[in-house]
Amino acid sequence: MTILITFIVKAIGQGIAILFGATGEIITEKSGNLNLGIPGIMYMGGISGLMGAFFYELSTDNPSPLAGMIISLLCALAVSALGGLLYSFLTVSLRANQNVVGLAITTFGVGFGNFFGGSISKIAGGVGQISVATSASAYKATIPVLSNIPVIGKLLFGYGFLSYAAIVIAILAWYFLFRARRGLNLRAVGEDPAAADAAGINVTVYKYAATVSGCAIAGLGGLYYVMEYLGGTWSNDSFGDRGWLAVALVILALWNPLNAIWGSIAFGALYILYIYLPGLTRATQELVKVTPYVVTIVVLVLTSFRNKPEDQPPASLGLSYFRENR
Amino acid sequence: MSEEKAIELKGVTKYFGDTAANDHVDLALNKGEILAVLGENGSGKTTLMNMISGIYFPDKGHIYVHGNEVSIGSPKDAFNLGIGMVHQHFKLINVMSALENIVLGIDPPEGGFNLQKIRDEIIRLSEDYGFEIDPDKKIYNMSVSEKQTVEIIKVLYRGADILILDEPTAVLTPQESDKLFNVLRGMKEHGHSIIIITHKLNEVLDISDRVTVLRKGKNAGTALTKDMTVDLLTEMMVGEKITLDIERTSPVNPSKRMVVEDLTVMNGEGIPALKHVTFEARSGEILGVAGISGSGQKELLESIAGLAAPENGNIRFYSDKGEEKDRNDTSIAFVPEDRLGMGLVASMNVTDNVMLRSYNEGKGRFVERKKPFELAKKIIKALSVVIPDMSIRISSLSGGNVQKILLGREISQKPDVLLVAYPTRGLDINSSFTIYNELNEQKKNGVCVICVIEDLDVLLDISDRIIVLSGGRLSGTEDARSSNKERIGRLMTGLEAEK
Repeated sequence: MTILITFIVKAIGQGIAILFGATGEIITEKSGNLNLGIPGIMYMGGISGLMGAFFYELSTDNPSPLAGMIISLLCALAVSALGGLLYSFLTVSLRANQNVVGLAITTFGVGFGNFFGGSISKIAGGVGQISVATSASAYKATIPVLSNIPVIGKLLFGYGFLSYAAIVIAILAWYFLFRARRGLNLRAVGEDPAAADAAGINVTVYKYAATVSGCAIAGLGGLYYVMEYLGGTWSNDSFGDRGWLAVALVILALWNPLNAIWGSIAFGALYILYIYLPGLTRATQELVKVTPYVVTIVVLVLTSFRNKPEDQPPASLGLSYFRENR
Repeated sequence: MSEEKAIELKGVTKYFGDTAANDHVDLALNKGEILAVLGENGSGKTTLMNMISGIYFPDKGHIYVHGNEVSIGSPKDAFNLGIGMVHQHFKLINVMSALENIVLGIDPPEGGFNLQKIRDEIIRLSEDYGFEIDPDKKIYNMSVSEKQTVEIIKVLYRGADILILDEPTAVLTPQESDKLFNVLRGMKEHGHSIIIITHKLNEVLDISDRVTVLRKGKNAGTALTKDMTVDLLTEMMVGEKITLDIERTSPVNPSKRMVVEDLTVMNGEGIPALKHVTFEARSGEILGVAGISGSGQKELLESIAGLAAPENGNIRFYSDKGEEKDRNDTSIAFVPEDRLGMGLVASMNVTDNVMLRSYNEGKGRFVERKKPFELAKKIIKALSVVIPDMSIRISSLSGGNVQKILLGREISQKPDVLLVAYPTRGLDINSSFTIYNELNEQKKNGVCVICVIEDLDVLLDISDRIIVLSGGRLSGTEDARSSNKERIGRLMTGLEAEK
């Protein structure tokens, strides 16, 4: 029983980072931009937040957790939004190939994270020496009283504020996309930019706005991982392929942020399942780690069988738009 | 005077590359009238309308709406001026409902959106004009005429008083067209000004008050519809006869090379684009294919080339001796309409493009570039292709040179059947003549040439026989030497059935 609860709690902990990435990518893809830069953006969000907190704590003798939290949050949001701006400029304004730009940003973002991670390690005095415990404590703070209730407290109230934010943002994103007028316009842009344009929607603005805000949300996933999950430290490449899981989750969720909530927890569970399955060797545990991707492929196959138009990817996903194209 | 005009265009010009799609066009739409804009394919009708609706921005010229000069930079600007366009290819989001498509992109009214109120308004609007619409039906579940209804309501809901309809009846059944025309008359009663683009002459006479004819991007004249007849309109549309001096020899010993029987081919959307077409093509002759674009020419050529599977019917090939032979034993060469998309690989050089047809030849595992290189040289010389350097990518050549290389490659296959689609579209006179001469040369060599050309003057001058397609059906087979433009034009528009 305790193991089960621990498993669920850990699965949720794993899922939150993926959920941020997936929500951001859903908003981006709904505008027709297939941003494969998300894994890199999440690295950038993580390291920028960490650097913000690190230099803040370094600069003052008596750092306050709240200030550290706000600074790191703003740094993460700003840098990942900048990544989105770069992607939008290249793909929307210059109409470069979205896949190429996205992969380039991922490569860049991972390098960006590892480079600055290494740099501040050096300042901190060696690998594994970075610690922004003060700021991280603000991220790790759980809900008082409620989190002390047995079982339920651990299961429902034992997380930092970013975890709840991830779920709230996903719900808000769903509400925006499927209930709000601007969400309707955004979906129209991703389905058929020419039709959206003819209806008087500013395609460029929507694509930029969706991509930049999508990246900012995804960047929070990296910040969550660094601050709440790792507790305010850095280790190169430790974020791993969670960014790609986020991109895969978009497909599993059928471009619906509500599906991404339970999907992220399922992915998180599958991601750490190998630790809890007895009798696995180093070789067989790799096979278990593959399951999130296998599940995605199965869902992809099943939805293409059902062929329900609403469950398909945005029709113009990956294509750039130029009004006077003939 | 100018107060009575809903729209006035003065000297509007639009270039695509070096070609003028519209060349100093003047046009006026009076308030409360239906103006028909008539013209052949490629005469610039849609381009002109797209400039009024904000899709394209004119390179030159002035646009006046209700007497004021305006600059229309986007479709939103057009809406704000009360201009709404129903495009030929509907601009609707498939996965959304009619209601969602209608409210798309409009600023919320004061007090925010009330979908129930909008739904009621849409239903009231459709009752006013005699539409039937289910606001909650998804577009992908709709028939074409329902989609068109959504487009029209979308435009009306935005309060447009100037409506532009681009070939609205192209996809409708005659009954649906009649219904649409009644709606348009109703709108006119309500004081709307309407432009309808069409190339169907009977529709012009049926619905419009005045008619403006475009020809090769220029205004060829405007007249009151009541003064016009089908013959007068045809003359305005096709213009005077131009003599081209293309040498045309009589076919030598034409023999049956290919027989198409009862051929029905679906287009990409699963709608029959070619319906029960039967004809024969002979060796040593050029068979011209006439028709308004989208009448099934593409599907016809692609099914002969083996690229599209026929839904019904047969295509049989025959040897010189008149024996039936297999498709695989027949050499079929195809110069498609989309030269750089389908015919050639834009980013590869000439030699590699020439090699695409002979990749299977040569010994060993490695590609042999020598023979294709020599062939490429030969083509360049024979068709006087202007090329700065053999290694440059083919897309950096001009359209004429690209077409020469494509045609040269296809001819070098020594084809039994040569299929050519719009061989001189976008080409200058000299290149065009090189192509025509080469087609004639092939004919002399006994090749069965099947040629889709939109310019009727050329088609009549180069072909031996002409088949005419109208709405996917064969509407006539003509002897090119005795037929004339007017007759072909009427067959194309389906006004005259084969006698």
